[in-house]
Amino acid sequence: MTANVSIQSVTQTYGAALALDHVSLEIAAGEFVVLLGPSGCGKTTLLNLIGGFAEPVSGRVLIGGKDMAGVSPAQRPTTTVFQDYALFPHMTLADNVGFGLRMRGVAKAERRTKAEDMLTLVGLPGKGDRRPHELSGGQRQRVALARALAVAPDVLLLDEPLGALDLKLRRAMQDELKAIQRRVGTTFVHVTHDQEEAMAIADRIVVMSAGKIADTGPPREVYLRPKSLFSAAFMGEINQIAVQNGQSPLGPLVPGTGTLLIRPEAIGLTGALPLGPCRVEDAAFFGTHVRAHVTPLSAPHTRLTVHLAQASAVEPGTILDLAATDHVMLETK
Amino acid sequence: MKILSWIYLAAAYAFVFLPVVVLVVFSFQDGRLPVPPFQGFSLQWYDKILSDPALMTALWHSALVAFISSALALLMGFLAAHALARVKLPGSVLLRGLLIAPMTVSYLIIALGLLTTFNQTGVPLSLWTAGIGHVVINLPLCFAVAYAAMGDHQKNAERAARDLGANEAQILWHISAPMLTPALAAAFFLSVTFSWDEFIIAFLLTRFDVTLPVQIWSMLRSGLSPATNAVGSLVFLVSISAVFLMEIFLFRRPK
Repeated sequence: MTANVSIQSVTQTYGAALALDHVSLEIAAGEFVVLLGPSGCGKTTLLNLIGGFAEPVSGRVLIGGKDMAGVSPAQRPTTTVFQDYALFPHMTLADNVGFGLRMRGVAKAERRTKAEDMLTLVGLPGKGDRRPHELSGGQRQRVALARALAVAPDVLLLDEPLGALDLKLRRAMQDELKAIQRRVGTTFVHVTHDQEEAMAIADRIVVMSAGKIADTGPPREVYLRPKSLFSAAFMGEINQIAVQNGQSPLGPLVPGTGTLLIRPEAIGLTGALPLGPCRVEDAAFFGTHVRAHVTPLSAPHTRLTVHLAQASAVEPGTILDLAATDHVMLETK
Repeated sequence: MKILSWIYLAAAYAFVFLPVVVLVVFSFQDGRLPVPPFQGFSLQWYDKILSDPALMTALWHSALVAFISSALALLMGFLAAHALARVKLPGSVLLRGLLIAPMTVSYLIIALGLLTTFNQTGVPLSLWTAGIGHVVINLPLCFAVAYAAMGDHQKNAERAARDLGANEAQILWHISAPMLTPALAAAFFLSVTFSWDEFIIAFLLTRFDVTLPVQIWSMLRSGLSPATNAVGSLVFLVSISAVFLMEIFLFRRPK
């Protein structure tokens, strides 16, 4: 089961604070969308509006073409995976997973079968008689996922579901989440503040900032072709060089007025956009690359962060002739 | 110093339990008066009270009043606690305070107030009116215990249940109450002991059918007898069992 979600000029306020400011977003059926942003950007508020835990001050939320105004969470074709799992501690895993079906009047035997299927889907086959307190954090999160998917929702909402897991487990769960989404075909709307997680799982990333959508697109596009300074910086480290009528501190690089953006890993010894000779200020070995801060000789007040090849042995004071293989020019309107 | 502490401990326990021990010991008195010297062990007084229909009826009444009034107080206290913990109401602090306030009022005042009310409205005194009095004294207790036990943990689970299609009644029945079982059981057994032992309200608000403490009171008026000690021992046994059950629920809750 799957459905599209249409968010039309939605505004939400908490007291005087503006949590969402005329946000519009179209999510296709079966799409895996990640709402990404820092805390307080409005991503969880948006998720709650889709799930029905709050109603917007203005604007409309449509799921599968139906206006959801006044429809309770229970009546919506959505279910949620909560960050703290919110499992029912007094029930077995099978009863947890079958709870939604029980509320829909499904008979016990059928619930039991369905629950076992869902537990198998999330990698916990044969554990239906266990209780939540016997499980690890990662396993509890799987049960929460199985419980939310058991009622075959059109849209699954995930509120920082991996936030409480350690890094290694989080990366493993990401891959699994993506695989499960492919298998069930349900529309997934996933909230996170971890851009690596977002890139790993999303069909499309929606970067949010201060109640607005700062950028949206596939991971590659949002990372390499950011449409705003905020999303450029939030997706990862980036060098920002101010350009005024084609003039930058490093001399003429690109035409126009605005900000020239270059990712550290796009800077190297060869490239289409020459940056000129630069002095290495410091360098550190990061495993996959050598991270260094350099100062162009033409612009002593500019510091650039560069990722050099793993094999490069650079010392502070070395002069390198650097160039950028890729860049983005954000013009000031 | 250490010996002094142990002496103090022993003295404190003796102070608390001596009256009970004396009561229980002289319930086995082989004589007509429950006073020293102890003349020998006998179960005759237990035999006497267990075959006394008035006492046994009163015991049954006490159990009835204790269980029904406690169940009612628990239900009302739980629902009130759930509402005040989950719903933002104007003046909810005041509402909470008013619910707990009867705890500070003396049982005598509550009994007199209810007696006047029942007389004015023409409600005949019975076990029911005594039960209503016991709900009044136990509701604040049940409310306070249930309210203190409600945390974010339950709140999140309730939210998840709502999301999965449960209505509010189903949430209360399948999620909130089961998750609070230890606290609710503790509140219930505490209420049962309070109601079981309660005298003043039961004395003023019953007429023909009376509870056990009221029956004991009328026994005492005809003078001391080891029979009253035997009844007292039974009452104590029931109370201590209820407290024991409560401790099990409250302190040995599964993780």
